[in-house]
This record gives sequence, C-alpha cells and structure tokens, in this order.
Amino acid sequence: MLKYLLLALSVFSAVATGEVIHEERSLYRNIIVDETRDLRCLKFNTKSSQTSQSCMYKNDPDKLVFNYTKLTFASLLVTQNPKNVLVIGLGGGTLSNVIHELYPAAKIHNVEIDPAVLKVARDYFNFIETDNVTSSVQDGRIFIKRAAIKKQKYDWIILDAFNGDYIPEHLLTKEFFEEVQSVLADGGVIAANTFSSSKLYEHESATYHSVFGDFINVSRPNRSNRIILAGIKTMPTQAQLNERISALGPRLKKYDVDIKAISTYMQSTKNNQDWPANTKILTDQYSPANLLNF
Amino acid sequence: MGIELLGGRILAPYFGSSVHIWGSIITVFMLSLSFGYLLGGKLSTKNASLTKYGLIFLVASIMVVPITLFSQPIMEFIFTHIEDSRYGSLLASTALFFIPTIILGMISPYSVRLLVTDNEKSGQVAGILYFVSTLGSALGTIITSFYFVLAFDVNTIISAFASTLGLLGVLAIVINSLAGNKELAHA
Repeated sequence: MLKYLLLALSVFSAVATGEVIHEERSLYRNIIVDETRDLRCLKFNTKSSQTSQSCMYKNDPDKLVFNYTKLTFASLLVTQNPKNVLVIGLGGGTLSNVIHELYPAAKIHNVEIDPAVLKVARDYFNFIETDNVTSSVQDGRIFIKRAAIKKQKYDWIILDAFNGDYIPEHLLTKEFFEEVQSVLADGGVIAANTFSSSKLYEHESATYHSVFGDFINVSRPNRSNRIILAGIKTMPTQAQLNERISALGPRLKKYDVDIKAISTYMQSTKNNQDWPANTKILTDQYSPANLLNF
Repeated sequence: MGIELLGGRILAPYFGSSVHIWGSIITVFMLSLSFGYLLGGKLSTKNASLTKYGLIFLVASIMVVPITLFSQPIMEFIFTHIEDSRYGSLLASTALFFIPTIILGMISPYSVRLLVTDNEKSGQVAGILYFVSTLGSALGTIITSFYFVLAFDVNTIISAFASTLGLLGVLAIVINSLAGNKELAHA
C-alpha cells in the first residue's frame, strides 16, 4: 500500500517539478537540473525539499528569473562602474554573466565551494568565462581571508552562498563580515542575499550593523528575499539617485530589472532599526545559524 | 564526541566547511583514540588504582583547555603557512585535538582494568563499558549539536566539558583516598 502511495507521490512530484534533464552527485549534495517548459533550474536536492538555486528562461536567457537577483542590482545605485567584482556562491553563474555583459571591462571573480556546481553552470547555464571572468573552487571564507592577506580589494562584493538550508554558518558571523570589510574598496558595496522570513533576520541585521553601521535593506513587502547593501561610505543624494536610475533604467531593462521600482524598495536602517537593541550578534563562537532558521 | 563536533565549528573560520575538514577531524580523533587505547591498556598493567584513574581525567581536562585559549593563534599561524586547506585543517586538528583525545582514549581500557574483578565476567564488563561510553558519545553529540550551540559560545561549552572531566578526576581521587583511610582504620 505504502509502496503505491509513494509511487503515486513521486509521479505527482515529477509532474510538478518538470523534467529532470541532468543529475550530478557532488561531495556536498545532489544537484538536479530540471526543465518545465521554457524554464531551466538548478536545484539542490535534499530529502525534505528541492530548493531552486538558479533558473533561466531557455528562450530568453537574458531575462532574470528570480526576484532577489534583480534586487541585487540596487547595488549599482550606491556604487558606480564596478571594476573588481567578487561573487561568493556561483549557482548557475547568472549574476556573473549579467555583470559581465553590463561591464565587459570589469574583472569578475566567482568563488564556489562545489566543483559540481561549476560544472553544471558551464554545461547547462551558459556560464561565461573569459580573461576577465574567472572562478575558483574554494570555500568563500578562505578565499576572502587569503585575499585580505594579499591586500586585494573589490568594489562590489556579492554574498550569495547557500547550502540546501540557508547561508553556511561561518559566512554569517561578525568575524567574517570584518574580513569582507577588509577587502572592500573605498566607495564599494557589499550585497548580501538573505531571507526576510528567517528566524535569523534580527540576528543578521544586528550582526551586519555591528560591523558596517547603518545599511540598506532592499526588499519588497511580503516577499521572502531581502538584499542587504552594506559598507557604503557615502550615501548618494536623491539627485544622484535619480540620475543613476535614469541612466541604468534602459540598460537593465532587457534583464527584466525595473531599477526605478527597485529603488523604492530600498530603506536605510538609519533611524529605522527593525530589530531589538539587545539582539545577540552572531560570531564564530556563537552562530547557531542553521538551527535558528527552522 | 561533543568536542569532535565543535571541532568543525572551530576550524571553519580558517579552513572552511569543505568535506575535507570533517575528514581531517575524524582522522585525527580516530588516530588519537587508537593510541589512547593502547597507552591506557599499557598503563593499567602497572599498579592500577583509582587515584591514577582520576589523574587521567585531570590531565585530560587540562589538555582540553588550550583549545579554548590558543586555537586562534595556532590556526592563524597554520593558515598563513599552509596554502592547501586540506593539509592546513589536518595539521590544525592535530595541533588542537591530538593530545587531549589520546588521553581521553586512555580512560576506556583503564576502566576495564578497574572494573573487572572476575575473569569470567570480563567480557560482560567490557560490554557494559562500551555501552556506556558509546551511549555517552551519542548523547554528547546530539545535546551539543541540537541544544548547546543554540545557547552558548563554543568556548563556554568546551570549558564546561573540561570542568566536568576535572571534577570527575578529583572525585575519583577523593573517593580513593577516603576508601584508603577506611582500610587503614580497619587494619
């Protein structure tokens, strides 16, 4: 009986998630590439759930699928013409591709812990690699620690490392953010992809605030993603913002990024802290990140 | 096991959370436990007593303390000198966990020596000991990973483990000396 029930369920879920076109067993998890009509997605397969890490429209690969990917481009309103971009957590390589198209002269380095993810990005998501766009298979924290020793600087640092559950614990601590800060160039910005629905929300905010001071939350009301823009030295004036919005608007349109709308989702934490003052900060010593998140 | 579990947390800031981190930690723990068993067995053949047993606990408790005090500078040093995080993490977990785990490994065979009074029952005693120590490991793992890390700093948890070991050691020594005094009184 149970067998039939499971069979029925698996048939049902196969219909719901589309057709699996590739499976990759990595050291960390199973990676699935599946397709539902035009939409191709990279998923991490855990027993309890499948979480989409990256998606693209096959017939319109420029168009961004995820809300959070679009929100990430709010970074370009607070920093201009990035020259050295660091992306921690590759996924399908979508962010890297778009940034490369926007700024062909910019150096982009992608850091991904899982060699299988890199392989899938190359084989199924048209991940572009050139002299300017490079990638390394490494833990993000180690990469940044080594970069700090070599005194490298980046003017746009995107933190987008996720395992099946959430952001790995050691990439969500005060010490880590201090290391990130040390490789941030003057006038640069850090964009971190986080979940607004997580129980860690307040801890995350307090931890970011403890290292970077006031930061900008970019999130749409009632949506589950928020992008944190941190490390900004001087906030742009409203006039500058308007100027940048009208300059970027047409360039970002083909990616389905409405930068004008996104600019209205930006809110500084200055005079607007939405976490209790006594919230415990996450550190290397205290980071029950993945536990709190359930 | 509690310490082994926290090992992953301690190494992550310097060596990441790649698979080889756990490879390093588990290798070092297995290696040092095996040496510990050998040493503990050897030691138990020489005038085994509850006092010496207590001393093993005390020494273990003292050897755990450097993990809380010096792990940062030790890992910093290894990180800057070894580029490959596989060997870095192997060396770091050796530096931090090798000696305390050897001493912890000595406890099991020594316990067998103290508890076996009848050759016929030696298998049963060993069985009970394996039962207790492995069950303890299981509990230590789950309580540490499910609850302790939610409430405490890593260093606090390790200090608590060290204190518990130390207290057990002192307890064994005190009990032994009390028993010794009684024997004298009876004589």
